[in-house]
Amino acid sequence: MNTLIFRTIAPYLTSLMVLFSIFVLLRGHNEPGGGFIGGLIAASAFAIYGIACGVSPVRRAIYFHPLGIAGFGLVLATLSGMLSVFFHVPFMTGLWGYVPIFEENVPVSTVLFFDIGVYFVVVGAITSVALALEERSRD
Amino acid sequence: MNADSSWVTLLVMLSPFIAAFFAPALTRLLKHNAAWALALVPALIFVHFSSFAPRIADGGVVTGGFQWVPSFNVNFSWYVDGLSLTFALLISGIGALIVLYSGGYLKNNENLGRFFSFILMFMGSMLGLVLSDSFLMFFVYWELTSITSFLLIGFDHTRAASRRAAIQALIVTGGGGLLLLAGLLLIWNVTGLTEMSLLLRSGDLLRESPFYLAIFVLVLGGAFTKSAQFPLHFWLPNAMEAPTPVSAYLHSATMVKAGVYLLMRLNPVLGDTAPWETVLPIFGGATLIVGTLLAIRQTDLKLMLAYTTVASLGLLVLLTGFGTEMAIVGGVLYLIAHSMFKGALFMVAGSIDHSAGTRDINRLGGLMRIMPITFGAAIVSAVSMAGIWPMFGFLAKEELYLGLFATQSWSLLMTAVAFVGNGLMFAVGFAVALKPFLGKLKADSDHPHESHILIWLGPAVLAALSFLTALFSSLTHHFLSSPMATAVAGDTVSVYISLVPHFGAPLLLSIATIIFGIIVYLVLGSARALMARILDAIGWGPDRGFDQFVNGIVRLSFMVTGWHQSGRMENYMKATFILVAATILLPMVLNGELPAWPAVSTQVQFYELAIMAIAAIGLLAVLQAKNRLTAIVSLGIQGFAVALIFMLYGAPDLSFTQFMVETLSVVILALAMTRLRLLPTDHRPMRETIVDATIAIICGLAFVLMLLRVVQVPFDPTLSEFFKQYSLSIAHGANIVNVILVDFRGTDTWGEIAVVLIAGLAIHALIRIRFGSRRGEIAANEPTE
Repeated sequence: MNTLIFRTIAPYLTSLMVLFSIFVLLRGHNEPGGGFIGGLIAASAFAIYGIACGVSPVRRAIYFHPLGIAGFGLVLATLSGMLSVFFHVPFMTGLWGYVPIFEENVPVSTVLFFDIGVYFVVVGAITSVALALEERSRD
Repeated sequence: MNADSSWVTLLVMLSPFIAAFFAPALTRLLKHNAAWALALVPALIFVHFSSFAPRIADGGVVTGGFQWVPSFNVNFSWYVDGLSLTFALLISGIGALIVLYSGGYLKNNENLGRFFSFILMFMGSMLGLVLSDSFLMFFVYWELTSITSFLLIGFDHTRAASRRAAIQALIVTGGGGLLLLAGLLLIWNVTGLTEMSLLLRSGDLLRESPFYLAIFVLVLGGAFTKSAQFPLHFWLPNAMEAPTPVSAYLHSATMVKAGVYLLMRLNPVLGDTAPWETVLPIFGGATLIVGTLLAIRQTDLKLMLAYTTVASLGLLVLLTGFGTEMAIVGGVLYLIAHSMFKGALFMVAGSIDHSAGTRDINRLGGLMRIMPITFGAAIVSAVSMAGIWPMFGFLAKEELYLGLFATQSWSLLMTAVAFVGNGLMFAVGFAVALKPFLGKLKADSDHPHESHILIWLGPAVLAALSFLTALFSSLTHHFLSSPMATAVAGDTVSVYISLVPHFGAPLLLSIATIIFGIIVYLVLGSARALMARILDAIGWGPDRGFDQFVNGIVRLSFMVTGWHQSGRMENYMKATFILVAATILLPMVLNGELPAWPAVSTQVQFYELAIMAIAAIGLLAVLQAKNRLTAIVSLGIQGFAVALIFMLYGAPDLSFTQFMVETLSVVILALAMTRLRLLPTDHRPMRETIVDATIAIICGLAFVLMLLRVVQVPFDPTLSEFFKQYSLSIAHGANIVNVILVDFRGTDTWGEIAVVLIAGLAIHALIRIRFGSRRGEIAANEPTE
C-alpha cells in the first residue's frame, strides 16, 4: 500500500475526513450523524493516514495516546451527565442554554458534550487498536 | 434518649477509628510513648459506658441511633443492655491495657504506628458489634472484626506462617459471617424486624417459624466459626502467629467471644428449644474436651493458652445452650472471669517471651526472682482460671457446677464433661503460670529482666481485678453479672454468689476438680507424650483439612477454567454462534412461535433486486475466495449492500453507521490478518468446513426466522409515537435516533462507551503482549501441592 499516490493524497484525505467527522458530529442532533458515526469516520481517517504514512506520523499528529483520548471522552461524557445533578434534576438530564456568538443565539447543551464524549471514546478506542495492529504488522 | 447524648455515643463509637487514623502520625512523634495517649481513647470509652451502668442495673436500656437507609428501614442504631454493657466495658477496659502493653511489647518495631492503628480499628469494630441494634450494622461490624483481625494476625507479614494464619482466620470467620448474614436476612424475612431490640420482644415468633431450623443452623455457622468451636477451632491456635498483644486482646475478651455474644444475644428468641439445647452443649462439650486435650500436647506458652481458650469457648457455648438459668449465670460469670485471667495470662506469656527470648515451657524456669510482678500476676490469674478461692473464677466455677449438676443422665454427662475440661484446664493454667518461674534458671534465657512498666501494668491490673471483683462480688453482680444474665436469659435474674463458700455438690465438685487438676499437673510430662503419640497416630486434623480444602478449590477452579477456556479461537467462535442460534431458535420452537410463511411482494423494484444481487455476489465471492484477504474484502461488499438497504428503507443513521463499521472491520481484519502471519489460504479439512458451514447456516436461518416473526407481530407504535412527539419538544433534537442515543437513553450509551473503552484497552493489551515473556508467568500459576 506504500504507493506514491496514496502517500500524497492520504494527508489531504485524512484532513477532509476529520473535518467531515466533526461536521457529522455537530449536526447529529437534527440531521443524520452524531458522535458514534463521527468517531468512526475520524478513526478510519487515522487508520488511512497510518496505512499510508506509517504509525509514528499519526502518533505525532494526534499528540495524545489514543487510549488517553478515549479516557478523556468517557470522563467528558460522565461529567456532562453529572452536571444535571447539581441542578436538582436526575442524572443524565439534558440541560440547555443559549450562547450568543456573533449576534446569533447558538444552543449549547450538556447533551452535545455527551455526544462529543462518545466521539472521543470511539475515535480513541478504535484508533488505538488500528495503530497497534499497524505497528506490529511492520516489525 | 435525647439527641445530644445520641451524638456523644455516636462519637464514642467512632472514636477508635478516628484514633486509628491519627495513630501512625502520633507514634512517629512520640515513639512507643504514644501508647499513653492512645490508651486514653479506650479509657474514655470505658468511662462513657460506665456512666450507663446505674441505669442498666435498674433494669433500663440505652438506645439511640440515626436513620441510615430509610427506604429499607435500616438504621444506624445501638442498643445497650446488660449484655452489651458488660462486653463494651471488657472491650474498652482491656483494650486500654492492651494499647499500653503493645507500646511496651512492640517498643522497637518500626511499624508500631500501624499496629496501633489496626488494633484501634479492631476495637472500634468489636465495640460496634456488641452495641449494634440493627442487623445490617451488626453484620458490617461482624465482618469488620474479621477483616481487622486479618490485618492483626498478618501483622508480621514477611513470614509465610503468619500470612497463612491470617488468610485462614479470614476465610473461616468471614465465611461464617456470610452464613450469619443469610441467617439475619432470614430472621428479617420471617419477623419483618431489622433491630435486635424489637426482635427480643418478639416472643415465640422465631421459635414457631417453619424456618426456625434454617435460621438456627445459619446463626450457628456464624457463631461457631467466630468462636472457634470444634471442628472449626483450628484457626485460633494458628492465629498465635500474631504479636502477643493481639492474642491477648482478640483471644481473651473480644474477637472469639463475638460468637458467644451472638448466641447469648439470641438466646431469648432462639433458645429454649430441643435443637438449641442439644446442639450447643454437644458442640460446646466436644470443643471443651478437644481444646483441653490439645492444650496438654503443647509446649509453647501461647499455644497452650490458645487451646485452653478454645476449650473455654466450648464451655461458654455449652453453658449458653444448657438451658437452665443457673447455667446461664455460670456462663456469664465465666465469661467475665475468662476475659480477665486469659488476657492477663497471654500478656504474661508475652512478657516472658520478651524477657527470656523463648516461649517453650521446657526451656524456661527460675524467672520468679527476676520478674516478681509478672509472676504475681500470673499466679493470681492461674488461681482464677483454676477456679480456686478467692478469685472471680471460683465464683464462676461454683455457679456453673450449680447450673449443670442434677441427677438426670444428660446433666450428669455435661457435668462430667465440664469436670474433665476444668480439671485439664487447671493443669495447663498452672503449667503456664508456674513452670517458667519455678526451679532453676535455664541457661538459654539470655539476659532475662523484669519488663517495662507498659508491659507489666496490664497483667497486674487484670490480676488485681480478678481478686477485687470477687471480693466485692455484690457490686460486680449488681452492675455487671445480674443485668447481663437478665439480658441473656430474657427475664430478670439476680446473681448472689459470693466468696462465702456454701456446702453442697458444687463445692465437692470444685474440690474434686482441684484434686484431678493437681494429679494431671504432676504427670503433665507423660500426659503430653501420650497425647503426642495419639495425635501422631491420627495424623490428620482440621488444620490439614483446611489446606486440602483450599487446594481442592484451587484445583477445581483450574479444572473448570481449563475445561471451558481451551484457548483456541475456533472453539470460542463455535460456542458463541451455537449459543446465539440456540437462544433465538429454542424459544421460538418451544413456544410454537415460528413465523408463518411470508407473503412475497410482487412489487419488487429493480434496484432492490440489484442490491440483493450485490449482497449475494459478495457472499459467493467470500465462499469462492482462495485467499483470506479477498474473502475479507468480499464480506465488505455484502455489508455495503446491507447498508444500502437500510438507506433505501429510511434508516440513514443506521446505514451511515453500517458503512463505517464495514469499512473499519475490513481495515482492522486485514491488519489483524497480516499481523497473525497466517497462511494466505484456508486449509480446513472437509469435515470442519461442513461443521462450520452448518453452524453458520443455522445462525443465519435463526435470524431470518426471528425477523420474519417480529414483522408478523402487530406493530406497537407507543414508543415511536412517544419519541416522535417529544424528541423536538423536550429534547430539542430533530434526529430521533440521536436524541434517543444521547438523551432519552443516555445512560445506556454511557455504559456502552465505557465498554468500548474497556474493549479498546483489552485489545491493546492483547496486541502488546509478547508471547515469550508470558509463558513463564502462566506456568507459575499452576496449582502446587
